[in-house]
Amino acid sequence: MRKASTSAPDTEVRQTGQVRSLARKVAGIAVLLAGVLLAATLCFGAPASSSQIPNIFRPDSTPSDSIFRLSLLVLTITGLIFVIVFSLLAYSVVKYRRRGGDDGREPPQVYGSNQVELAWTVIPILIVLVLFLATARVIFSVQDAPKPAGAIEVIAIGHQFWWEFRYPALGVVTANELHVPVSNPANSTPTFLTLLSADTDHSFWVPQLAGKTDLIPNRSNHMWIDPHETGVYLGQCAQYCGTQHAKMLLRVYVDAPEQFRMWVEEQRKPAVMNDAAEEGRRIFETTACVNCHAVTGTVADGHFGPDLTHLMSRDTIASGAAPNTRENLRAWIQQPDSIKPGSLMPAMQLNEKDLEALTAYLETLR
Amino acid sequence: MSSESIALGTVSESARPIGERLHEWVVTVDHKRLGILYILYGLVMLVIGGIEATIMRIQLIVPHNHFVSPQVFNRMFTMHGTTMIFLVAMPILFGFGTYLIPLMIGARDMAFPRLNAFSFWMTAFGGLLLYFSFIGGNGLYGAGNAPDVGWFAYAPLTSRAFSVGHSTDFWTLALLVSGIGSIGTAVNFVATVLCMRCPGMTLGKMPLLAWLNLIMGGMVILAISPLTAAQIMLLIDRYLGGHFFDTQAGGSAVLWMHFFWIFGHPEVYILVIPAFAFASEIIPVFSRKPIFGYPVMVAATVCIGFVSFSVWAHHMFTVGMSSYGNTFFTVTSMVIAVPTGIKIFNWLGTMWGGKIDFKASMLFCAAFLFQFLIAGLTGIMLATSPFDWQLGNSYFVIAHFHYVIVGAILFTIFGAFYYWFPKMSGRMYNEALAKWHFWLFFIGFHLTFDFMHIPGILGMPRRIYTYEPGRGWEIWNLIVTIGVFFQIAGVLVFVVNLLWSLWTGEPAGNDPWDAWTLEWSTSSPPPDYDFATTPVVKSRRPLWDLKHPEDPDWKYE
Amino acid sequence: MSSHVVTRTSSEAEWVLPSRGRVGMFTLIAAESAIFTIFVVAYIFYLGKSAAGPTPQDVLELPIVGTICLLSSSLTIHLAVRALRNAKVGVFGLWWFITLALGTTFLVGTGLEWGHLIFNRGLTISTNLFGTTYYSLVGLHAFHVTVGLLAIALTMIFTLLGKLKAEHSERAEVFSLYWHFVDVVWVIVFTVVYIIGR
Repeated sequence: MRKASTSAPDTEVRQTGQVRSLARKVAGIAVLLAGVLLAATLCFGAPASSSQIPNIFRPDSTPSDSIFRLSLLVLTITGLIFVIVFSLLAYSVVKYRRRGGDDGREPPQVYGSNQVELAWTVIPILIVLVLFLATARVIFSVQDAPKPAGAIEVIAIGHQFWWEFRYPALGVVTANELHVPVSNPANSTPTFLTLLSADTDHSFWVPQLAGKTDLIPNRSNHMWIDPHETGVYLGQCAQYCGTQHAKMLLRVYVDAPEQFRMWVEEQRKPAVMNDAAEEGRRIFETTACVNCHAVTGTVADGHFGPDLTHLMSRDTIASGAAPNTRENLRAWIQQPDSIKPGSLMPAMQLNEKDLEALTAYLETLR
Repeated sequence: MSSESIALGTVSESARPIGERLHEWVVTVDHKRLGILYILYGLVMLVIGGIEATIMRIQLIVPHNHFVSPQVFNRMFTMHGTTMIFLVAMPILFGFGTYLIPLMIGARDMAFPRLNAFSFWMTAFGGLLLYFSFIGGNGLYGAGNAPDVGWFAYAPLTSRAFSVGHSTDFWTLALLVSGIGSIGTAVNFVATVLCMRCPGMTLGKMPLLAWLNLIMGGMVILAISPLTAAQIMLLIDRYLGGHFFDTQAGGSAVLWMHFFWIFGHPEVYILVIPAFAFASEIIPVFSRKPIFGYPVMVAATVCIGFVSFSVWAHHMFTVGMSSYGNTFFTVTSMVIAVPTGIKIFNWLGTMWGGKIDFKASMLFCAAFLFQFLIAGLTGIMLATSPFDWQLGNSYFVIAHFHYVIVGAILFTIFGAFYYWFPKMSGRMYNEALAKWHFWLFFIGFHLTFDFMHIPGILGMPRRIYTYEPGRGWEIWNLIVTIGVFFQIAGVLVFVVNLLWSLWTGEPAGNDPWDAWTLEWSTSSPPPDYDFATTPVVKSRRPLWDLKHPEDPDWKYE
Repeated sequence: MSSHVVTRTSSEAEWVLPSRGRVGMFTLIAAESAIFTIFVVAYIFYLGKSAAGPTPQDVLELPIVGTICLLSSSLTIHLAVRALRNAKVGVFGLWWFITLALGTTFLVGTGLEWGHLIFNRGLTISTNLFGTTYYSLVGLHAFHVTVGLLAIALTMIFTLLGKLKAEHSERAEVFSLYWHFVDVVWVIVFTVVYIIGR
């Protein structure tokens, strides 16, 4: 439907103010696009070594790789849509602005166009259809993947603010640092995780290995990873779980098969009994430590806090909040708030002698 | 219908004592005053919510910063989200609706003026209750007892066991109270639009702002109620020993999520649809053309309204729903992109072939189109469930929804301010200052929210008070924080402009924009009774018909 | 308040719009329905999930008398409103009073049922999931009945004071919509809790 044309004769005169404003707008957008390109280069183009940068576009495992491939399709489609619509917008802004010498008559009053509106309804529907089919395939392939015979089974239990990992078939209990074998595509040894929670909601997110899956109390969730490269992969809790959600960090150690076997063997052993640390062990067993922590081979069998049997086999303490050094251990025991304020580790109120002895004892727990 | 409004003689404003004038504002049931009260309340809360955001961004400017403690930071993000959604966006949008709907449909007031006043004060008191929490508990430096459970308050973090003290109770009660206000206003919107239109204004002839607020009102009625129900359940859990969300007694944490997001997703459409309404009024006037495809605009919005109730679990893609569940919500979340995209095309179609005058309102609406396009596209990325397994609950999501709420909604709100400020105050604002506002805010917005997508891609989750160095997040957090200061500058210029213009602006006259809907036929500001005689209309643009008697709209619609 | 707004324009037919009161009440009913839906969903979701404690089969008995009273009160309120529309204030007062009595009987019945459940069968809101969802859902409904009865009682007082007139029939009718809604909710609650759930 169109009204009788009331279009003004074309004039090419533009006011300088409008040109300046226009130039600024285009310049602003150019800067923006440059920034976006820079960012894209950094995300996609950075050297492949850095698994220390948890980049979702650098997958090293089948689930994250499937997601990555799907994301390329989505980004391409949305990128195309952006270019087309943005061009139309930029064109209208430039071409149809009121000119300086405008005669003040109203432009043709157009109410709509059935053909155009039909086209721009049908095309998006088709795009949605394509996207949906591609997406559905990935959903089912990742979520409903069958568990092969050689899979490692891990039960991950989320706590405020640390991770418990149990390997029921292998008889291993550890915390915060997850060891898994690298998975050779020819002879796949993925790790299948069952996700539980002891208190509130958490979420397991190691971007390069898989999408995140939540740990929800009174509910059991499942995910799997099959890392293709050895190395350490970083992640952290991705569902707000309380004060120290920010320092509930994750480290996944992908080991070569032999390395993994050795690690399992070490973890299965009971705690090292070193006579030199007798005093420290006595303090450990007679203070409140045993209420929360477990050390196999001693009376300590608490489950509120991490298992400490092989504490020194870990690179970090307090779920990644600090490197595992003597100073940090002392600080953690005496003043946990200096490392992770608001965590549920109480300050142990030990005198200097006891603290020394206890730390020495903990350092024997290899 | 007469195009001049007849002003009855009144006692001059300055003659009456200040106490009496303030009292009038407190007891008013006039929709125009209540609208302005809503808007001013929202503006004040915008500044407060902005301070909360600034505190967070300063804390995150470098890793392992010590600007605030984790406890304070957690209260900041909870209060920032709760404030911005319930005490800024909803009041401002309700305020514009309350002010404009009767004027645009030729009515003298809303259907239920006293309910209107009641609803405003409920919202206002709800906000006061929420902020009272700051001075409870440990007092101000620990940020008192302010809620710290996140604005969506997931169970069981909100149970008595994990949320000791009253922070969760402040959240629950404040929102219950203001929710009653919201439902009251929604009832008013629906009843006013359906029952108070002037003769000749059929549903197909009323301004899009009236249509879109009608749809929004219906959505509020159906969406806020589930939140109310969930909050009652939470109170029963916390105070009567109930087990709705008590996971240690067999309750379900996921049930809270379902109930919350059945509210939460329609809520964001409740916020964006009035923003669409502003764009649908402003873009045609400044393009000098009618809105392109009015019937489809209405149909698309009705569609959005319905479909928005079927997408909620796309906020829950990571909780471990079955593959069928995830697939279903992926479909619906993609489907809703179709009517939404159509609207963008219709606005473009309105500009196409027009004679666009880039006054401040139009600048903001043009930026809205650009930013809403991007926001919609990142939304499609998030709608694809596997991609959401990576991007969900990360800074990518924060960037996406701020792109919608700030880039689309706040930008059109600024546009609406500049467009209707002359009508509401009788004075013109300063155009140069307005352009400064626009550019400062535009630059700040893009610095902050464009680059915020990147940490999400690099694995940075939400709601963390600090982060580890060496993960590649530092530079992006720095840039994001710098953008905040440009936005603050822009908002300062805006406030200065409003205040300055209120006192020294040029008289605006009835119709400074040469516009076409009924509110521009009244004086600026309109008299108490809006219209001396009830207008009678024949088309969607009654003032166009008056100004162009040789070429009226009703011959072509 | 008239039943519709009529403005005669110069050349056109009557301009008829729905009545504000009716539209307002329907929107309120829609909001309340959404709230009840959530409680019903929670009830159904938790059926059979209580780990311990009394189950619906153990302790629930059909509240037949209360249900008959409440559902008949819909009829009586309808008769009352019709009488008022025909300016028969006395007849209105009679049916209105019967409605009040029937509603109160229902509430008393609920109270007695709860007393029995709490003291004799050991089911409280904190006992288990069934207790929580049962008392919440039935309690929410009882709360709405109470609010309705307060409004009916207030109107009763106005009637006895001779203040009610035929022109108020529209308002009474709008209120009766609320009362019918309360009854419909009871039908659903009754079906879900006492029939399906048991």
